[in-house]
Amino acid sequence: MTQKSRNIEASGYSSSERMGRIFGWLIKANKKYGAEWWILVFGAVIILFISYTAIFPGTLAPYSPLDQNTGPQLMAPGPGHPFGTDNLSRDILSRMIYGSRTILGVAFTAAILSSIIGIPLGLISGFLGGIFDRIFSLIMDSVYSFPGLILAIAFAAMLGPGVVNITLAVSVVYIPTYFRLVRGQTLTIKEELYVEAARAIGARRSVILGKYIFPNVIATVVVIFSLNIADAIMTEAALSYIGLGLPAGIPDWGMDLAMGKKYLPSGIWWMITFPGLMIMTLALGFTMLGEGLSEILNPRLLER
Amino acid sequence: MKNLLRYIITRILLTIPMIFILLTLVFVILRIMPGDPVSAMLGAHAPEEVIEQKKEELGLNKPIIIQYINYMNKLLHFDLGESMIFKQKVIVPIREKLPATIELTFFGMFFTLLFGIFPGAYAASRRRKGRDFAIRIYANVVYCIPVYWMGLMLQLILGIWLGWFPIAGRVNARILVSTFERTGFYTLDTLLAGNLYAFGDVMLHLFLPSLTLGIVLSGIFVRLTRANMLDVLKSEYILSARARGIPERKIVYKHALKNAFIPVLTMLGLQFALLLAGAILTEMTFSWPGIGRLLMERIYLRDYPTIQGVIVVFALFVSIVSLIVDILYAMVDPRVKY
Amino acid sequence: MNKPILEIKNLCIDYPISIGTVHAVEDVSIILNKGEVLGLVGESGCGKSTLGLSLLKLIRPPGKVSGGEILYRGKDVLKMSGSEMLKFRGQNIAMVFQNPLTSLNPLFKVKDQFLETIHYHKPEIKQEEAVRMSENILESLGIDKERMHDYPHQLSGGMRQRIMIGLGLIMQPDILVADEPTTSLDVIVEAGFIDLLNRLRERFNLTIILITHNLGLVAEIADRVVVMYGGRIMEVGSADNIFSRPLHPYTFGLINCIPNIELEQKELITMPGNPPDLVNPPPGCRFAPRCPKVMDICKEEVPEVKEYNGRKVACRLY
Repeated sequence: MTQKSRNIEASGYSSSERMGRIFGWLIKANKKYGAEWWILVFGAVIILFISYTAIFPGTLAPYSPLDQNTGPQLMAPGPGHPFGTDNLSRDILSRMIYGSRTILGVAFTAAILSSIIGIPLGLISGFLGGIFDRIFSLIMDSVYSFPGLILAIAFAAMLGPGVVNITLAVSVVYIPTYFRLVRGQTLTIKEELYVEAARAIGARRSVILGKYIFPNVIATVVVIFSLNIADAIMTEAALSYIGLGLPAGIPDWGMDLAMGKKYLPSGIWWMITFPGLMIMTLALGFTMLGEGLSEILNPRLLER
Repeated sequence: MKNLLRYIITRILLTIPMIFILLTLVFVILRIMPGDPVSAMLGAHAPEEVIEQKKEELGLNKPIIIQYINYMNKLLHFDLGESMIFKQKVIVPIREKLPATIELTFFGMFFTLLFGIFPGAYAASRRRKGRDFAIRIYANVVYCIPVYWMGLMLQLILGIWLGWFPIAGRVNARILVSTFERTGFYTLDTLLAGNLYAFGDVMLHLFLPSLTLGIVLSGIFVRLTRANMLDVLKSEYILSARARGIPERKIVYKHALKNAFIPVLTMLGLQFALLLAGAILTEMTFSWPGIGRLLMERIYLRDYPTIQGVIVVFALFVSIVSLIVDILYAMVDPRVKY
Repeated sequence: MNKPILEIKNLCIDYPISIGTVHAVEDVSIILNKGEVLGLVGESGCGKSTLGLSLLKLIRPPGKVSGGEILYRGKDVLKMSGSEMLKFRGQNIAMVFQNPLTSLNPLFKVKDQFLETIHYHKPEIKQEEAVRMSENILESLGIDKERMHDYPHQLSGGMRQRIMIGLGLIMQPDILVADEPTTSLDVIVEAGFIDLLNRLRERFNLTIILITHNLGLVAEIADRVVVMYGGRIMEVGSADNIFSRPLHPYTFGLINCIPNIELEQKELITMPGNPPDLVNPPPGCRFAPRCPKVMDICKEEVPEVKEYNGRKVACRLY
């Protein structure tokens, strides 16, 4: 069947029919994989929802996140302001919706950046071995053993506030994560029989690396990538919570939380509850997606 | 015993390159990054000669290699330099605040193990049953809670609404610290001074921050312990113990847990880094006067020598803990060949 | 004749798995008399180890006994309560497992493993007494009592094997179930092990169930042999009969597979075909697809175990 005819066939269904099909497929997958499947689906739903708010915030947010005239200051959640208002009488719900854009953007870009640097380094280091590998591993292991947040704090402090800078600071932290994972996998796969066989028939090293090792490494990278975004979210939020992240004027959950901390002693609970819940939910979404993927793709990866 | 000693010495020697790399890393981050610390500190409009003079003072006008050698040389002599803002050695505030951080991480670790190891072992013994799932959900949710948010919520509920615990500081302002202070570890100091009232107050202040830290990090330990327990419970020696009529509870919590704890222990060194990161955030949340808070204060003040000093101390801290963990591991597991 | 010490009646054990249910043991009945050595033989996966574990109610979930009973001196083991079962394990039936290298907890000294076992069975025994008991049993197994203070990894495989047996015998059970006890031992240690079993048998008046695929070992010490295939009993008989005049074609094939140094064989004789799929077993005799003497009826109906010349066999040829 060609791609085109498949499209025609797919468009032949009414939307309710299509929903039914999707649901039927979900149930079938559930039978095959059990609870892990629902963990994955639940994580994916969270991510999709928050991604939607990040991409189209205007369709959901009742106010602009910076609008300081939405109502009274420090209003408790109630009609008109389901999450209440903050000390500058900004609508917290709107800030949550627009804030998702910042945190998702930073975390996602940072994870991509660190994987772009970490994966090739790990591949090459594991594949070549020798002194090059030893030195790289030692450096990466040392960095890995160092608290990631402190590293990010140092970078962020040196670079100064700004979206690009915070992204760089977060991405540096996770380069060793990818490096170590990919290097370890490469070392194992290098010894597999099919790689030996490829070498025996005289395949070039670049071919072995690209055709035999990389595709096998990538499956585990997918899992780690998802879990890594969860970590990056936590790091981004932490940096902006302690005031190292972003200039004022960019709505951000971590900064909102820091702001709410000042009003905590007077019992203003809504200013801290919602940003924290959002950070947790988003991180949970990526963790669940990663866990579910790992159980399904590679059952032993996380058990270790 | 002699073997153990030799092992410890080898392990210490192996730690040295790691410390060396970390110290170099700190130097690289703080010196080669774009931006000039002196002009950043003095402001962009400071006169040129003032900036030059300050650079000269700090040795920042020399070539980068010379700076690096000077830096390493000073560190070898345990000299962290002098603050750019205050007329004091960098080591002074660090020495003053380090005990607070150690105390927090120590009690945090206690809660982490309490809420991590036992639920993890229990979940493994109930594999695929309802309580196993409940504990796994707990582990995943808790792992995703930002530690500072956990702290803020505990402050709100237990501190402000219920009024059970103080939400800031190490000790009530009405208690004179000078009456008991000796080592800087307040729990120890108050006990040494025999001041039980102050001890109670110190513990009360310590409770919320360390509980926060402990709960948030326990998620990882639940997962680690559970996974290792599952492996161990499948082993033949567990089956043999069952066949000998050893009660199930003893099998899980004595035979299996002891074996499952060894791999967890080896991970403890790495997890400690997370604990330290969590400690910085907790210190910020609970106004806890430790070195994490010192670091943040000095970052706002752009006091680079102190920032560098604190990070160096963190690096040493991590290395030493991973050293201790390895030595403990060698002592717990009789199979380790030195 | 004395009443049998252990009677297994129509035992069935199932393992539910994602694609169906594995019938690991089906309709197995065995009678065990006091003082005898019973060899339980068959290929890997024929259900013999599962059967052994069921005697102590140690089948790993989700596996479960789905029918039949196990009577120990007339009492149904499967109906025992949890605490009764704890006493039963070790005091009435003891079990020794495949791999002595992994069967001892690596973090406990030999002494502690002995003392613990004694403690949970007889808390009233004082420590010095318990130490003496352990030393005695180790010496009767030919192990220096000083080794008590060693960790398992400091001992050789043969020593660990004997310590496992010592741990099994410390509470003086009537029956010792040995599951593939020699698989991981080299030939010389194995010879010593056979010798040891024979001595223990006399000394402790033991009844032994030897689960193995090592026919040589069975020929050496078993009185009676049960041959299992695909979860079912194929043949039961005295060791002499089984080895010299096997009835069931499967038994015949199994014995033929033993390489014989005296006959000048050019190549190893093997049995054609694969062990049966236990999720969807063949409807008739389990062995029918591989049987050289198969008849049409064999493929349709499961043959009953019946008496033939004072022996038992499940085959339509008799």
